[in-house]
Amino acid sequence: MQKLADLLIQKIPALQPVPVDFVYLGVQVVFALVMLMAFVAPFAGIVSWVERRIAARMMDRVGPNRVGPQGFFQWIADGIKSILKEDIIPTAADPILFRLAPYLVFAGMFAAFVTIPFSSGLIIADLNVGIFYLIAVTSIVVVGILMAGWASNNKYSLLGGMRSAAQIVSYEIPAGLAILVVVFLTGSLSIQDIIKGQGAYPWQWYLFDNPFMPVAFLSLFISSLAEGNRTPFDIPEAESELVSGYSTEYSGMRFVFFYFEEWANLYLIAAVGTALFLGGWQIPPEVKTWASALGGVVGFTLPHALEFATFFLKSAVIVFIIIWIRWTLPRIRVDQLMSLCWKYLTPFGFAASLGVAVWMVVFPQGVMSVRYALCAGAATIVLYFFYRVAYQVWYSRQPIHVNPFV
Amino acid sequence: MELNTEEMLLNMGPQHPSTHGVIRFVVKTDGEVMSAAVPDIGYLHRSIEKIAEKATYNGFMPWTDRVDYLAAMNCNVAYAMAVEKIAGIEISRRAEYLRVIAMELNRIISHLLAVGSLGMDIGAYTPFVHALREREKANDLIEELCGQRLTYNYARIGGVIYDMTPNWDAKVLAFLEQFEPLLNEFDRLLTDAKILKKRLGGVGVVTAEEAINYNLVGPNLRGSGVKWDLRKDMPYSVYPELDFEVPVGTGEAGVLGDCFDRYNVRMKEMRESVKILRQCFERIPAGEYQVKVPKKIRPPAGDVYVRTESTRGDLGVYLVSDGSDKACRVKFRCGSFNAMSIVEKISRGMMVADLIAFIASLDIVAPEIDR
Repeated sequence: MQKLADLLIQKIPALQPVPVDFVYLGVQVVFALVMLMAFVAPFAGIVSWVERRIAARMMDRVGPNRVGPQGFFQWIADGIKSILKEDIIPTAADPILFRLAPYLVFAGMFAAFVTIPFSSGLIIADLNVGIFYLIAVTSIVVVGILMAGWASNNKYSLLGGMRSAAQIVSYEIPAGLAILVVVFLTGSLSIQDIIKGQGAYPWQWYLFDNPFMPVAFLSLFISSLAEGNRTPFDIPEAESELVSGYSTEYSGMRFVFFYFEEWANLYLIAAVGTALFLGGWQIPPEVKTWASALGGVVGFTLPHALEFATFFLKSAVIVFIIIWIRWTLPRIRVDQLMSLCWKYLTPFGFAASLGVAVWMVVFPQGVMSVRYALCAGAATIVLYFFYRVAYQVWYSRQPIHVNPFV
Repeated sequence: MELNTEEMLLNMGPQHPSTHGVIRFVVKTDGEVMSAAVPDIGYLHRSIEKIAEKATYNGFMPWTDRVDYLAAMNCNVAYAMAVEKIAGIEISRRAEYLRVIAMELNRIISHLLAVGSLGMDIGAYTPFVHALREREKANDLIEELCGQRLTYNYARIGGVIYDMTPNWDAKVLAFLEQFEPLLNEFDRLLTDAKILKKRLGGVGVVTAEEAINYNLVGPNLRGSGVKWDLRKDMPYSVYPELDFEVPVGTGEAGVLGDCFDRYNVRMKEMRESVKILRQCFERIPAGEYQVKVPKKIRPPAGDVYVRTESTRGDLGVYLVSDGSDKACRVKFRCGSFNAMSIVEKISRGMMVADLIAFIASLDIVAPEIDR
């Protein structure tokens, strides 16, 4: 970021009398806006379309396919429709809180993207408390949801808001413990430092650093699902019980803000998992040297583009898995949700952090053979899983498409 | 400082995503745990029994579809059987077989919706759509048989309205051939899902004694471990000639008589229906599908009660005739009405999420409650 700002000051004479700090600030704000508007907003929209298409495939339906090629512009059509809808505020609602709630939810989500890196250079602000800031700022979402539930003056909304608050606050703890484990290994809270501590190849990832890391990763993944209100933890907006939970009374664009938050949150969950455990944007150093050696504009942009693609692909895989889980599993009950958090995830989180601490004392340099073994184990599990999927697809193929009327 | 809490009165329904029709539950809740859920019925009352007194015997047949729109065939047949019994009409064996075939297909259709919507009510959307896909195929078959997809109006006093179309039996057998493996797939997707067992196991336990005292019938009664099926125990039509099992609850996911048992009984009953259908097509004789009956039926004065095993259990028709061409009184006795009466007792101290699962596992159909 600083380099870019320096370049601008050199090239544009009008900027030279302006204090340097202002230029830095201006560049950063403009970059933040571009990143959020050009990446996060379309991503949330496109993911809504992707999710609907994937869900349709799983359900043996077609899904939205009318607007544009394969229905790609469905999300734009939905957005326009929502803006044109009447914005209804119930008479009995608290008008100020009712209006404020969607913005809080929206702001909490967008503010979290400030510390999410897209490549080694593409980051809005590389805070030295990056991951801590991220946890703190996403908690604003809870306030918004609780506010929405209370201000709607609807009993379903209230129940939904309460459930959501209880759920998100509880699951911060296992999530925090899992993140703490990574902070042990790195010795830094900055997300860029955490990624720099890993490498491009799977055995260099923190996920396979020692036997306790997969536990921490799973615990983080499950907690993120719960914090993001995704199935099997979507009880705050459980349609069959609470109609639509805290967003029952909302309509038009305010309603979209809640769903926007949910889909943007998908990427956030995936990005945090990728950055902390799956090597982030790291590409093999040989590739990076080769790309930088091209020189000129290409040499400057290509490494960043490759890093961005790596990071994005890893995140996209996680996003797909989350969508997959959502359309497969039933949801669990409130008390089961709480017992999962307090009886299983939290103790496992503590055990993992203790294990990692001991491991770091016993093997300060790490053990390469353990890393290779864990990596091979994970690969075996994934391969076996795909074998099972292929087998089941083959097994159920012939009967499924028999049409009795042919 | 003392914290005062008060109970919240939550009106669940008449319009609510999981009440499946217009039923209202007045839920007294303290947070997530309810102290009681009181069902409030009557939103779907259409005076069907009164209409029966104003319509001729044949003219009332289409109304019986609306008693329970998910098991229209069973209601058709139950009413036709009642009139035939009081008027002393013997129907042909082919007509009996056609009725049983249609009723068992109807049972599959109805149970598919029941288990699918139970899945949807606890958050699993995909199995619901898979169940509906299979239901559509069965609906297509029924449509070819009688021209309707939901309110069949197929049975007639003295038989059925149409014979089956040429090659229809082969189509049904082809459907059954691919339906059985799909039931296995459904089992893998939903029945064996650990979350489903956790959600349904031990929830909404109805003991056998309670089930009998509250007059639960059909799969709800069998889910509590009582082996009582009118097709076996008070046989009618051609059921005594057919070989099938009566599945009962086993308590495999928790306690005997919980939601999972009721769900699982329905899953197993679909397999039994497949078995019955196969046997019917092997045995169905040639012959007339309708016997001659006078245009205006004037049964002798008297009364008659006919019991049949509908998809929601014991469907009884009580018919009083005064010798004219219109019934003096017709009363339908339906399973859902009794199932509603137990909700208040079982729901005490339940969680809101469990109430939804409990209602879904009772397979309540709103129009059948009110008629």
